Amino acid sequence: MAVTPAAKLDAQKLRADFAVFDELVNGKPVAYLDSASSTQKPRQVLDAMREFYEHSYANVHRGVYTLAERATAGYEGAREKVRGYINAPSSREVIFTRSATEALNLIAYAWGLDNLGPGDVVVITELEHHANFVPWQFIAKKTGAEFAHIPIDDLGELQLDALDEIAARGNVKVVANNLVSNTLGTINPVEKLAAWAHDQGAIMVVDAAQAAPHKKIDVQALGCDFLAFSSHKLCGPSGAGALWGKRELLEKMQPFNFGGEMIRSVSLERTSWNELPYKFEAGTPAIAEAFGFGAALDYVAEVGLDAIEAHEHELVVQTMDALAEIDGIRIFGPPADRRTGIVSFELENVHPHDVAQILNWENVAVRAGHHCTQPLMTRLGVAATTRASFYLYSLPEDVDRLVAGLHKVKDTFGA
Amino acid sequence: MSELDQQLYREVILDHYKNPRGHGALDPADAHAEGQNPLCGDEVSIFVRFGDDGDTIDDISFEGRGCAISQAATSMLTEMVKGRKASEVAVLPKDELLDEIGIPLTPIRLKCAILGLGVLKVALHRAKGTPLPEEWRGLENELKLNED
Repeated sequence: MAVTPAAKLDAQKLRADFAVFDELVNGKPVAYLDSASSTQKPRQVLDAMREFYEHSYANVHRGVYTLAERATAGYEGAREKVRGYINAPSSREVIFTRSATEALNLIAYAWGLDNLGPGDVVVITELEHHANFVPWQFIAKKTGAEFAHIPIDDLGELQLDALDEIAARGNVKVVANNLVSNTLGTINPVEKLAAWAHDQGAIMVVDAAQAAPHKKIDVQALGCDFLAFSSHKLCGPSGAGALWGKRELLEKMQPFNFGGEMIRSVSLERTSWNELPYKFEAGTPAIAEAFGFGAALDYVAEVGLDAIEAHEHELVVQTMDALAEIDGIRIFGPPADRRTGIVSFELENVHPHDVAQILNWENVAVRAGHHCTQPLMTRLGVAATTRASFYLYSLPEDVDRLVAGLHKVKDTFGA
Repeated sequence: MSELDQQLYREVILDHYKNPRGHGALDPADAHAEGQNPLCGDEVSIFVRFGDDGDTIDDISFEGRGCAISQAATSMLTEMVKGRKASEVAVLPKDELLDEIGIPLTPIRLKCAILGLGVLKVALHRAKGTPLPEEWRGLENELKLNED
């Protein structure tokens, strides 16, 4: 089979799609290095939402008039795009949510409450985002299940040799892990974990919020049971996310929210649930956001995930090499070839908030904080880190400006 | 960089950050609390000793880790409230501290600046039953594993 080398993306050219880069401060656009938190939006996405509002707006799944038909067709079209993006077997298994967080809460409540109890073990990892950590902690407490974690090593990679000890603690029923760590960029061995989970008779829940924008996802190849991701981290609007789950599991679960759309029939005596996926979509959904989500998936697919991954890798290598030259910088996480476009670091004697504040003077936008991963911060022995993260519009010059800004931080603090 | 930007890290802030006043734990303490800024995980612990009248703040110290603004502001706070009545400090308007800090703060950095004041009020509340600031209410209602 002939191997076609991944087409290189032209970030400079793609930036023409993002009006935000026309906003200049002191003659310079923002060096936006916070895409792991949320990405900027291309006009193709904004156009899709505007066109929907201007030409096709109506509620979905209700009216029989033309506008309602258009709205429903577009909304269901977006669902089909999500299905294709993650290679799910059926779009019935794709549920629109408000966010990846809501998708993970849906699983924890609608699956967890009915399937966990004393003697069972819920397994999460030390580098989980709070969104895939706290819901499970809460449901474990609620059901009497044990709450266990897979530890990480000093490079921020999962220590899978701890699995036997965890299995000995009871009936492992659920394993929840992010495919990519939002703080360190670590790419986690989800296929291996899924296989182990299934050996234990457990389900595998994957938080792909940080993976979906940056690498190809195939839920069937991963072998997981549920997978959640969001629109706003891959050029789409906020307020939209997706949950994929295996049909057999979704069919057995009770609804998460109740109201319109999710019922088949209601009477004073009894109520029955709508078919998948509507059983889990109570109330009027974020319709325009779904249009935008679909347009974003098209945009990212058009640029190409292989090209995005290769582009981010170059920027990560550039950043890690440049930071290694600065005295007092400690980089967290694995080597460049085992992470996506994220570099978390600390500068000795200067708190990340202060680092980020001074970088902002140079119009360099980074994230400073615990990144919603406080257990990971505890493991690393820090209160917070500074994080630079990239996307398809990021430039090598952005990294140069980050490095120049860090020298300014050192000057200001005499560090 | 604007002039406003530069004021943020004016000398007095960096001095308090690098050489915090009232730093360390008091053991025993008459009042103690610790708190975090949920935004960044920054932590401050505050220790207070009262005078013979049971109300005057005779001694106060803090420990913590966080940004220059949160640590410098807490350091300044210890100097500001030492010798004052607990009942009065418990309702101290945050503007009094902000005037002392004297730098322009965005709403997000404001939270850093008043972290120490909030934790002090929690400590006084626990020791004296003085009112809690709104943003610190509901603390007891937490999720704890491994307890009956």
